[in-house]
Amino acid sequence: MGASRGGDESTSSSSQARRISRRGALKTGLAGAAAGAGLLTVGGIPAARAAGSDRPIRIGFQVHRTGIGAVYGRWYERTANAAAAYINELGGIAGRPVELVAEDDGTDPRRGAEVVEKLATREQVDFVYGTLFSHVVIGSAPRAGELKIPYFVVSEGYHVASGKLNRYVFQPGITDVRSQITAVAGWMMGNLGKKVAMIFPDYAFGYDHRDFLSAAVEAGGGTVTARIAIPPTETAYSKYFPRIPADTEVLYHVMVGPGVLTFVREMGEHFGSRRPAVFGFVDSLEGVPMTSPGLEFLDGTYLWEAMPRQAGQYDTPHERFYRERVGVGPDGASIRDPKDVSTYSHMFGCWETLFAIKEAVEQSGYRDPTPADRKALIETLEGFHGFNEGRSHPQGPKVFDGRLHQCFGQQFVSKVNAGKLEVVHRTAIEDSRYEPAADYTKMAL
Amino acid sequence: MSTSSARIWLLHAAVLLALLLAQPLLPEYHYVNVARILVLACYAVGYNVLLGYTGLMSLGHAMFFALGMYGAGLPVYYHGVGALPALALGVAASALGAALFGLIALRTRGVAFLIVTMMFGQAFHLTLLHFNVYTLGDQGFILSETIRTLDVAGAAFDLADSRVKYNAALGVFSVCLLASLLLVRSPVGRVLVAIRENEDRTRLLGYNTYLARLLALTVSGTIAGAAGATYALLFSYVGASFASILHSIYPLLWTLLGGAGTTLGPLLGTGLMFYLEIYARDLTTAYLVVVGAVLLVLVLWAPRGILGTLRDRKARWLP
Repeated sequence: MGASRGGDESTSSSSQARRISRRGALKTGLAGAAAGAGLLTVGGIPAARAAGSDRPIRIGFQVHRTGIGAVYGRWYERTANAAAAYINELGGIAGRPVELVAEDDGTDPRRGAEVVEKLATREQVDFVYGTLFSHVVIGSAPRAGELKIPYFVVSEGYHVASGKLNRYVFQPGITDVRSQITAVAGWMMGNLGKKVAMIFPDYAFGYDHRDFLSAAVEAGGGTVTARIAIPPTETAYSKYFPRIPADTEVLYHVMVGPGVLTFVREMGEHFGSRRPAVFGFVDSLEGVPMTSPGLEFLDGTYLWEAMPRQAGQYDTPHERFYRERVGVGPDGASIRDPKDVSTYSHMFGCWETLFAIKEAVEQSGYRDPTPADRKALIETLEGFHGFNEGRSHPQGPKVFDGRLHQCFGQQFVSKVNAGKLEVVHRTAIEDSRYEPAADYTKMAL
Repeated sequence: MSTSSARIWLLHAAVLLALLLAQPLLPEYHYVNVARILVLACYAVGYNVLLGYTGLMSLGHAMFFALGMYGAGLPVYYHGVGALPALALGVAASALGAALFGLIALRTRGVAFLIVTMMFGQAFHLTLLHFNVYTLGDQGFILSETIRTLDVAGAAFDLADSRVKYNAALGVFSVCLLASLLLVRSPVGRVLVAIRENEDRTRLLGYNTYLARLLALTVSGTIAGAAGATYALLFSYVGASFASILHSIYPLLWTLLGGAGTTLGPLLGTGLMFYLEIYARDLTTAYLVVVGAVLLVLVLWAPRGILGTLRDRKARWLP
């Protein structure tokens, strides 16, 4: 991969020759704005304009405005709007303005499929984008495949890379849960201990953690001392903690949902000062202030983050730029409302995915939602090898595996210190790779 | 056949014919939406047999829908069973489930029955989540690649094709609608209506009301299961969210809106609610407030639903 971590440039690392020629075009026309933004592939603009195509690129945004995903959805929408505004400031995609057509799916898979239908056939969008919750992605993906419309999800689920979706579904802007676990498991065992007890929600997301962490622990010579699944309807957790063996060195927790504050408080009350090392996933605490009553027990524990919520913990000009454009303050909350905490470890995926779409459109020569143009776009994207870090990819450089339709990136381990998350470790992209189980490129279009 | 009977059969034939002939006029978006509405209307038709004609309100009907969905989906997913056998398995699973459930739940009445249906529905939903290893729980699973083609009498139909979806949905809906019409116009149907109006008096007249209610619940659950199986096969997704209580409330709303105790009310209610939601979402994110306001208006000024009110005021012959 040709990613350069500190560079301003942010492009896919495919099509070198083509990119150079566009750079030439760029120099003659659009050097100012595009170079300032580090988006050299914006050189596609003059070519598209010369072809007379001024129709906006319409991107259907399937958003969780209501339902269980509403907190994520609110921030996904802010991030997507900020990314679209920035892209338009840069001259749009291939010289054409970007228009987001947002539609609420209620975080419901039945409704999700209907939204894909509406965006594709009534709104006539070029692509559908932005879905987060796994069951909505899985419920919507078949219809996207039937309608043959590229469907860019920002879900972090393993469902894309598992190969069980279809060739029209991509996840180029956020890493999947399997790669996240694979990346941090080594650090956890090397620094906190090898006897690991797991607490996870008793549904599919929890099972991903159970299965992939178990495999990683065993591969690293560790032992899983307990696997404790907690039903999604549970409201009291004290009865589960005695099931954790006394010789456990690390307690690994993933508790998503409104019960997380109670969970943490009861965990603190159970262990007191004699607790094992604690490692969790920030998914549980996205949108939640770290200073919330009950979270004091997390002080001194560790959390995975995809992108550090606290400003200055991954201090790059791209990250600062992104944070400012989306409207997030130093503590990870909205600059307008300090109580409105962002979902910082997920929402960057909306920003980066929109830029991945931009690059795919510009490099494929996509113009209209025709089968030929969509085929070209899909095959072009499948040929990408990654994305360089830059304003368009502020979370960090990415490797893109075209067979899996999935990107891989760096991860962060943060320590909770007085209600703040301080990064103590950053993984390499290679730490997150696993053996591919699918090859979408062999599927028919 | 009496004039009233002829008029009733003609009306239903005309509705089905209109749905058949409307196809070339429907834009792509509405084409598949109407296919969805027809499948969901089957669900409401089943619900209406229990609520509208027997007077039993259920808050657990999503269980039957999901039984049909999983009864069809699991054999496809794990064993590559074809679409038609899968549909039959889904219908059989829901029929068996509804009959067994009825044997227990029909020992209760009124509010107690409502609570029992809700509890069984919730228990079934959690069971689907608990046996995640087999059901794939909340995430669900996709059937796309395994049932792309439907073979009927040597002809192959691509289920991804909108026309196939529409006509398959219309076919299943027609069967369910006509079955419900036949039932409610039969002597057994008259007994069900008698139970709705006064069960004690019906029993006093010598009818076995327990068996009649069991029949109604089984038919209702079977039709709901047929809808679930059809949904899975046409839209390629099976997931536990379809067993949630929200999906038990939907057919209640659809039936009440269209007119409980009218054969065509569920279709009308499902269609109106489906599009009301879509257009309300275009206006506001608080679309459920709009939906709720419409339902309030309905309850206050037309408590029998649209076709129920029409029947009271203009067309008493409506079944």
